[in-house]
Order: sequence, then structure tokens, then C-alpha cells
Amino acid sequence: MAYSDKVVDHYNNPRNVGSFGKDTPGVGTGLVGAPECGDVMKLQIKVNVETGVIEDAKFKTFGCGSAIASSSLATEWLKGKTVDEAAKIKNTDIVNELKLPPVKIHCSVLAEDAIKAALADYKEKNATNPVAVASK
Amino acid sequence: MALKFPIFMDAQSTTPGDPRVVEAMVPYFTEKFGHPASRNHPFGWEAEAAVDAARGKLARLIGARDPKELVFTSGGTEAINLALKGVAEMYREKGNHIVTTVIEQRAGLDVCKRLERQGFSVSYVPVQPDGLIDVEEIRKAITDKTILISVMFANNEIGTIQDVAAIGKLAKEKGIIFHTDATQAVGKIPVDVEAMGIDLLSCTAHLLYGPKGVGALYVRRKGPRVRLAPMMDGGGHERGMRSGTLPVPLIAGFGKAAEIASAEMAAEGARLAKLRDRLQDMILSSVDEAFLNGRPDRRLPQNLNISFAYVEGESVLMGLNKETALSSGSACTSATLEPSYVIAALGASAELAHSSIRFSLHRFTTPEEVEYVGQRTIEVIKRLRDMSPLYELAKEGVDLKTIKWKAD
Repeated sequence: MAYSDKVVDHYNNPRNVGSFGKDTPGVGTGLVGAPECGDVMKLQIKVNVETGVIEDAKFKTFGCGSAIASSSLATEWLKGKTVDEAAKIKNTDIVNELKLPPVKIHCSVLAEDAIKAALADYKEKNATNPVAVASK
Repeated sequence: MALKFPIFMDAQSTTPGDPRVVEAMVPYFTEKFGHPASRNHPFGWEAEAAVDAARGKLARLIGARDPKELVFTSGGTEAINLALKGVAEMYREKGNHIVTTVIEQRAGLDVCKRLERQGFSVSYVPVQPDGLIDVEEIRKAITDKTILISVMFANNEIGTIQDVAAIGKLAKEKGIIFHTDATQAVGKIPVDVEAMGIDLLSCTAHLLYGPKGVGALYVRRKGPRVRLAPMMDGGGHERGMRSGTLPVPLIAGFGKAAEIASAEMAAEGARLAKLRDRLQDMILSSVDEAFLNGRPDRRLPQNLNISFAYVEGESVLMGLNKETALSSGSACTSATLEPSYVIAALGASAELAHSSIRFSLHRFTTPEEVEYVGQRTIEVIKRLRDMSPLYELAKEGVDLKTIKWKAD
């Protein structure tokens, strides 16, 4: 299969690979997919609890090049967004940006799931802090 | 020698043509263009002589007693189709049961599935974790309705060589026809239809440094005489088993490829096994949690198949494919997104089945290529492991089986 230039670029130069400590204040972690399906994504956000803005994001992905690119792109998009804005990222945005073929759409779905899971984890951990999860 | 890119190390999908083969083919496109079934003029005689010579060379390569036992087809897939469907139709009154294995290549499995839809019953014998089929499992699967046993000679993914002679002996003992898909074996390792009790054997030229578009089915004529219902009706060529004008240039090339293989197989096999072992040692000594697939001492000399835990096969290939052609057991590029059914059948976890990489060397592989591919593979695996959440978890001591995965 021929990969789009953007997928190749993210594969060769993945943005924001790495991990935050799971219990660091402001960090939300999403772990989605399954090894037997051939895709697992771990996506983490680091939110400024004073402003509700995502200041940093990191990922690690087990999966094909399109899965790596989808999660790499997701971390780029997350940075600078508020928690509410981040929730609006759709898998179709990722498909369009990376020009994913139909057989790779599940990679973008998984990336969206990873974003949602990270946001949910963050909100759960900061449920008692109304500023941290409020819309700006 | 300077490296030339891209490096081809996917020689169990196809092989590069040998220039000596191409040279042998050329005259049959132009000055010697006759139809081998034209019995009344020199053009036909010349073409027929070329086909007969090729048949003889192929017969010698596989130990056939009589060149007439070889039927030319369009390739391995057609040979397998003709063998299985031809026997099923011809012997239907005798029985409707076929014994095969779970690791056959797609052509074999797909023909069996079709035959099942047509009322045949098929037993798929499991494979042992080392890639070998237990002959006793075949014996247990046989019923009084069994008309055919079909087992591949050497596996296309993991290169494991089956105990064909033992299966041949069992088939003879039970009076059942024995077919072997030898597309990966012929020309690579010794194959002897007489000594091994093979009744039907499929092979193809393009895995033997010959042209694509031609293969052959060996059909035993004596002890027992195997009869097949043809799939192609027409001029009754190839003893009525496969009508159609023979592709003389391709057959001439197939013959030349067989002749070269007969002469060079032993030396070539030894050279490739040494290079393969070097590649294997390089990778396994520098990458942790890398698992060799298939029993090491019963493998095709050019085959190396390794599962790299915590990285996905397609992503490994993507890191190498600009410079090196390899293949992944993971069929991630297909719409089904299924891991390798062969690796999965060995009992490996689905995750490891997603992580297998096949390196297959060939006649023109150089030691420099092996060093390069080995080094690059190690680099790519390390890079992908650094980005793998599974590797991270495993290094933290988390048992991946204890995690409740959220799959969509």
C-alpha cells in the first residue's frame, strides 16, 4: 500500500512520543485498542488545572504506520486546546488530514477513542475542581 | 560490493529471473514461435521438442520416472486447483472426504472451502507449535471416505519442511491419493516423488528463478495411476488434463530454471543457509523478545521468520520498505486486518502473529545485503519499541494479559 506523505512524515518523525507520570496532577491517560487486534494507543494530556488548557500531550502506539500517524497527529492537535475543544476532535478530521484509505479508518477511530479516554480520565481525576474541567 | 537499493528479501513471494533462464526463453518468442501441437511442420516440431526437453528437465528435478507425468499449467494456483478439484470430481463415487492442514497456502484452503460447499467434507489437521504436522494426526483424520490427502511440502511463511515421505507412506498404506503443494520446495531442497510416495505435486516456475505464468502438476501414472477430471476443456492437450496452447517460451524458461536448480541446488542451499543463519544470529543477539518461528532444523535454507513482540508487523515493514522488500505475516494491508493464520495456528498469541516478519533470501542475495538488512531491522525494531505502549508496560513488569483492553 502506498502511504500518504503526511502518514510517512508522522511515521518517520513522530511528534510527542513519550509518557507522563500517570499520577502527575493534570495528567489524563487513555489506553485504547487491544494487542490481538494489532493496535494499542496510549495517549496522555497534561492540562493546566488553573485554565483548563492542554499544555502538553504525549503518545505511544503499537500498530501500523497509519495508527502511529493518527496518534501523533492527535497529540499535535491537542496542544493548546481547552478540554472542551479537544472533545470536538473527530476521527473524520484525522482521516482527511492524513488521507487515510478506507481500510485504515479504524486507526482514526482509535485515535478519537484515545482522546476521549484521556479526557475522561482527566475529568474523573479532577472532578472536585470545577475550574479544571469547566468550559472557558 | 556496493549495495544496490531496494534490496529484495521477499523471495518466497517471487524470485528474480535468472538471466540464463531469460536467455533460454527468447528464441521461442521470435524465430521458434511454433505451436507444439502442430504435428505437420517443422515449426511445430521445434516447439514440441522444446516442451519435451523442459518436461524432461523438470521430471529430473523432482524424480519423476516419466516426463509425461508432468502437466503444464499457468502456475501453482492452477496446479493446486486441478489436483484437488480434479481428484474430487473423478473419485467422488469412491468418497467425499479430504484431509489437509490448517497451514496450506490460500489456494489450497480456498479450493477446500469450495469443495465443502459442494458437499465434500474436509478435515483440517492442526499444526504443532514448531510448524510440523504430526503424521499421526493425519492418520486419525482418515476415514473410509477419504479420497485425498493434501499437505504442503514446505511452508511459504515459516519455511517448515514437512515429513512428506512419512505422509506418502501413510497414503500408500491406506490407498489414498497424496497431493503436495511443493511450490516453495521444488528447486530449493531435494524432492523425489518416487522415494517420497507423492502422487500429485504442484510447483511453479517463478519461485525457481523462472518466469511468472507457468507451473506444473505432477500426476503419477503408475502405482497408482491417478486420473483427474480436467478443468479446461478444449484441444485435449497435456493428456487431456489441461487443454490450451502451451506457452512455449515460458515452458522453455521453466525447463532451464529446473536444469539450473538440479545442478546448483546443493551449493546454493548451503550458501543461503549460512547467510540466513548470519541474519538470524545478528537479529536474535541484539533484539530481546524476538521469537524464531518454525523448527530451526527443518526449514527451507533461505527462510527466516521472526516475531518481534510489542511491535506490529506492518509498521516494521514501513520502516524498511524504501530500501528493503520484506513481508509480514500480518495481513494488515488487506481489508480483513487479520494476523497471519499460519503463525496463529502455531499457538502464538494473536499479538505475536501481528508481529511476524519474513526474510527470504535468494540466488542473488549478497553477504553485504544481509549485514545491511540485519542492522536496519534492529534499528527499526528499537525505534518502534521506544514508541510502543506494550513494550513500556512489559518493562514496568505489567502482565499484558491482566489488562482489560478496550477494543472497539
